[in-house]
Amino acid sequence: MRSRNTALSLPDPSPFLLSHPPFHWLGFRRHRSLSTVMGSQASTLLEEIKKETGFSHGQIIRLYSRFTSLDKGDNGTLSWEDFQRIPELAIDPPGDRIINAFFPEGEDQVNFRGCMKTLAHFRPIEDNEKSKDVNGPEPLDSRSNKLHFAFQLYDLDEDDKISRDEMLQVLCMMVGVSISDEQLGSIADRTMQEADQDGDSAISFTEFVKVLEKVDVEQKMSIRFLH
Amino acid sequence: MLRAALPLLGLPLAGAGAAEEPTQEPGSWGEPPPGLTLFRWQWHEVEAPYLVALWILVASLAKIVFHLSRKVTSLVPESCLLILLGLVLGGIVLAVAKKAEYQLEPGTFFLFLLPPIVLDSGYFMPSRLFFDNLGAILTYAVVGTLWNAFTTGAALWGLQQAGLVAPRVQAGLLDFLLFGSLISAVDPVAVLAVFEEVHVNETLFIIVFGESLLNDAVTVVLYKVCNSFVEMGSANVQVTDYLKGVASLFVVSLGGAAVGLVFAFLLALTTRFTKRVRIIEPLLVFLLAYAAYLTAEMASLSAILAVTMCGLGCKKYVEANISHKSRTAVKYTMKTLASCAETVIFMLLGISAVDSSKWAWDSGLVLGTLFFILFFRALGVVLQTWMLNQFRLVPLDKIDQVVMSYGGLRGAVAFALVILLDRTKVPAKDYFVATTIVVVFFTVIVQGLTIKPLVKWLKVKRSEHHKPTLNQELHEHTFDHILAAVEDVVGHHGYHYWRDRWEQFDKKYLSQLLMRRSAYRIRDQIWDVYYRLNIRDAISFVDQGGHVLSSTGLTLPSMPSRNSVAETSVTNLLRESGSGACLDLQVIDTVRSGRDREDAVMHHLLCGGLYKPRRRYKASCSRHFISEDAQERQDKEIFQQNMKRRLESFKSTKHNICFTKNKPRTRKASRKKDGVANAEATNGKPPRDLGFQDTAAVILTVESEEEEESDSSETEKEDDEGIIFVARATSEVLQEGKFSGSLEICPSPRIIPPSPTCAEKELPWKSGQGDLAVYVSSETTKIVPVDMQTGWNQSISSLESLASPPCTQAPTLTRLPPHPLGTEEPQAPLDLSSDPRPSFAFPPSLAKAGRSRSESSADISQQQELQPLMGHKNHTHLSPGTANSHWCIQFNRGGRL
Repeated sequence: MRSRNTALSLPDPSPFLLSHPPFHWLGFRRHRSLSTVMGSQASTLLEEIKKETGFSHGQIIRLYSRFTSLDKGDNGTLSWEDFQRIPELAIDPPGDRIINAFFPEGEDQVNFRGCMKTLAHFRPIEDNEKSKDVNGPEPLDSRSNKLHFAFQLYDLDEDDKISRDEMLQVLCMMVGVSISDEQLGSIADRTMQEADQDGDSAISFTEFVKVLEKVDVEQKMSIRFLH
Repeated sequence: MLRAALPLLGLPLAGAGAAEEPTQEPGSWGEPPPGLTLFRWQWHEVEAPYLVALWILVASLAKIVFHLSRKVTSLVPESCLLILLGLVLGGIVLAVAKKAEYQLEPGTFFLFLLPPIVLDSGYFMPSRLFFDNLGAILTYAVVGTLWNAFTTGAALWGLQQAGLVAPRVQAGLLDFLLFGSLISAVDPVAVLAVFEEVHVNETLFIIVFGESLLNDAVTVVLYKVCNSFVEMGSANVQVTDYLKGVASLFVVSLGGAAVGLVFAFLLALTTRFTKRVRIIEPLLVFLLAYAAYLTAEMASLSAILAVTMCGLGCKKYVEANISHKSRTAVKYTMKTLASCAETVIFMLLGISAVDSSKWAWDSGLVLGTLFFILFFRALGVVLQTWMLNQFRLVPLDKIDQVVMSYGGLRGAVAFALVILLDRTKVPAKDYFVATTIVVVFFTVIVQGLTIKPLVKWLKVKRSEHHKPTLNQELHEHTFDHILAAVEDVVGHHGYHYWRDRWEQFDKKYLSQLLMRRSAYRIRDQIWDVYYRLNIRDAISFVDQGGHVLSSTGLTLPSMPSRNSVAETSVTNLLRESGSGACLDLQVIDTVRSGRDREDAVMHHLLCGGLYKPRRRYKASCSRHFISEDAQERQDKEIFQQNMKRRLESFKSTKHNICFTKNKPRTRKASRKKDGVANAEATNGKPPRDLGFQDTAAVILTVESEEEEESDSSETEKEDDEGIIFVARATSEVLQEGKFSGSLEICPSPRIIPPSPTCAEKELPWKSGQGDLAVYVSSETTKIVPVDMQTGWNQSISSLESLASPPCTQAPTLTRLPPHPLGTEEPQAPLDLSSDPRPSFAFPPSLAKAGRSRSESSADISQQQELQPLMGHKNHTHLSPGTANSHWCIQFNRGGRL
């Protein structure tokens, strides 16, 4: 599906962190705090990420060190293999899909900034953020963005609809082998019926949101990032 | 509060002198007169249990009375009413007996009243929610309780030093700390009683409630440590004693939890092997949980913690292992016991407060304590919440904190502990008792009364009770996986990581060890939800009086068909065409897979081969109901049997058919048609005689019974597995007696119909119809004999006309013809719509023997259609006469069996 090996072998043509050549070398220094080596451009980058994602300074630095440790190719980006190397992720049923969600469309590499953007979906929603920035772009950790992230995991063909087959695939992943295919089928059917309101045999994002309106998504799709 | 109590006290005391006879006076009659007596009064022998029963009865009656008025109970928590009732009753008892009786004894409380409540709360604790908030709960339970105990104790001591407490209260710092430790613990009973009616959001509830359960360990330790320090005398306390005190905190809490977990493990393991003795399953749950409590108590560990952990830990496995019925039994018994205990506790609390000999009043101490517990609780909550909010995903806001502070109710635990104090060692015990009573009453009554308006006024987020949906379940699962994956990516092994880990461990080892294999195989939460939803749909559908075949009322999901293909096709059909009338047939058509056909063939074979006990049932029924003509009936039975035998021999000679069993069956079917009169066209068979049927039925019964027996064992197994609806035409319960009798008679093929397929689902209606007179068994029985004569004649003639009935093959090809069903179907809807009773006005066509049959068949068809949807519970609702045949209908799980 993806050409995975290119990234590893190449010396890394793509500059680290979105065309900031000076910081390319940062990628080679693992566990070195971003701030210690930070020049002016790095700090602007950091500011950008902060603004974009809402992560705090400390969180970004911590995540950066994690990023570099994952980046075995030392090229400033994470490839499919890099993710696969995380042992637990490899055995997580929807692991592949989640890894996929990290990559921007059509690419098989993700840089730190992109990674942070994905991770930002899982920041807990904070009170002060609810009030501020009514007009600004919706923060990545908003409820609807969280839901959209989940929705994308279902929606493989990216037609903004979950079809029955897609639902069935997810079910297959989530449900143990103990349940027979027939049963899975009927579960999928029922699930579809429950959510499908306009009768098109598919779940649109609106329907998806509607089904989950009673669920405390803010909590259930958030993790605590260490400061 | 006490003010209110005092007048009450005064009255009884004044009247006490006049009332000479104590309540037990009846006991004095008990002296038996000399010589043989016709009547003996033995009050003393039953006194103790009788009184217990009486108290519980009084409490329960009071509960009923309270709930007569919705207005009162919506305003006043039940616990308040019970306490007030207790005050009144206590007053009366005091007035009559001149001494306070029936106090809340600490021994009774801790050994009998508390365990059911704790078990109930632990067992039904929403475990996910509990562990999600475990950090907060533990903080409040441990830090909060310690904080409350020490600050309250110290502040009271300060109050005394300041001279605000009367000097007659002789207490040192240690005494006050001891008092602080017992008064500071939030009480699970009180919290549960009040918060259950308030319906705050579940997070808030679980935090307050979890705290009240888990703080027991701290309370116990503090209480014991302080108590022993007081008894030793403060001068003798060594440094090592303090260290030991700290260490004992860990021993008591962890030990208690460990005991609970061990017993949870044992319990789960035991229930794994109860397959053949389902009946003791509920008992095991209670026994082992109680054993956990007593064990912990014996080792002076935290018993509450032990039972909580036991309930929490075993639930998943126990629920998977025990049968559906046992689950219901456990649930209701637990709720009943807990509710009973709670009621009695509050009532006894009220009664105990009346006993003025036990307490001594000191305004300074009482008011000071009240103020301090409220103040320090609030302060503690604010401080801890501030700390917790640094870590919490969803911070607790100010409103939550207000409710949490205000919800810190004290209750019977504090009271029991204070009663346990040794007066010689704690000279101020009486004051402490009075203060505790006031505090308990204040928190339960005043705070209990006001917390509801407060919650409303503050607009605290309420809990929304919504039914789980499949989507929700599935998506939440997905969320969990996503979060676990993200934590992996981030490299931070947080809560989700560990939960994921635990789940895998559980799946790999624990569940396999503790769950019975059949349960483990199908164990899946999503499936569970699906299953439950289906049952719920089905029940509600049936409740609405729906007819399965009339599609308009049919919620598709409620009728899961055996395989997804069928399901989808049905749903599509419904959605598109909206014509539900032929839903049934369509399902059948879609299900024509090879396997299904095979099943169907098998099923039909069995249908033909196995007979329905109906006739016999009826007969025996009539024996009970109509005693006078029992003999006559007997004769008829014999007559029938003879007839049948003759008929059979006749038949076999005539056509060389070896499936003797099938023949009667087919005839039955045809006969039905006859009765119905209109359906014949479909089958194209000539109507056959009814009389024959009757005779056949008698013998056949036996076999079907056998089948039922074997089935029942199987169904038991099935109970545990996912979605199996067992439709039993005969409500087994009613007929059991007969079965046993009939069993001896016939050695019948042991073949159990394989799990019915989708197609078979239909069959029951069809095949089963033949038999039953549903409602008035006596009537039908009367009718039948008369008809038999004519029926018999007809049968013979019809037999001849019967060339070779396509009995064996027909079922497989066209499922309807072989069975009376096909003919019945048209009729069924008619009968269904009308009350079954009207059907007894027999249509003219039925004038022959067919009457009872046809009517009953209509009823049967109705019921059988419903039964698949109804699950086991509903069997009892079926009219006794109905069911002869026993159908296992399995939805969606064909492969399993």
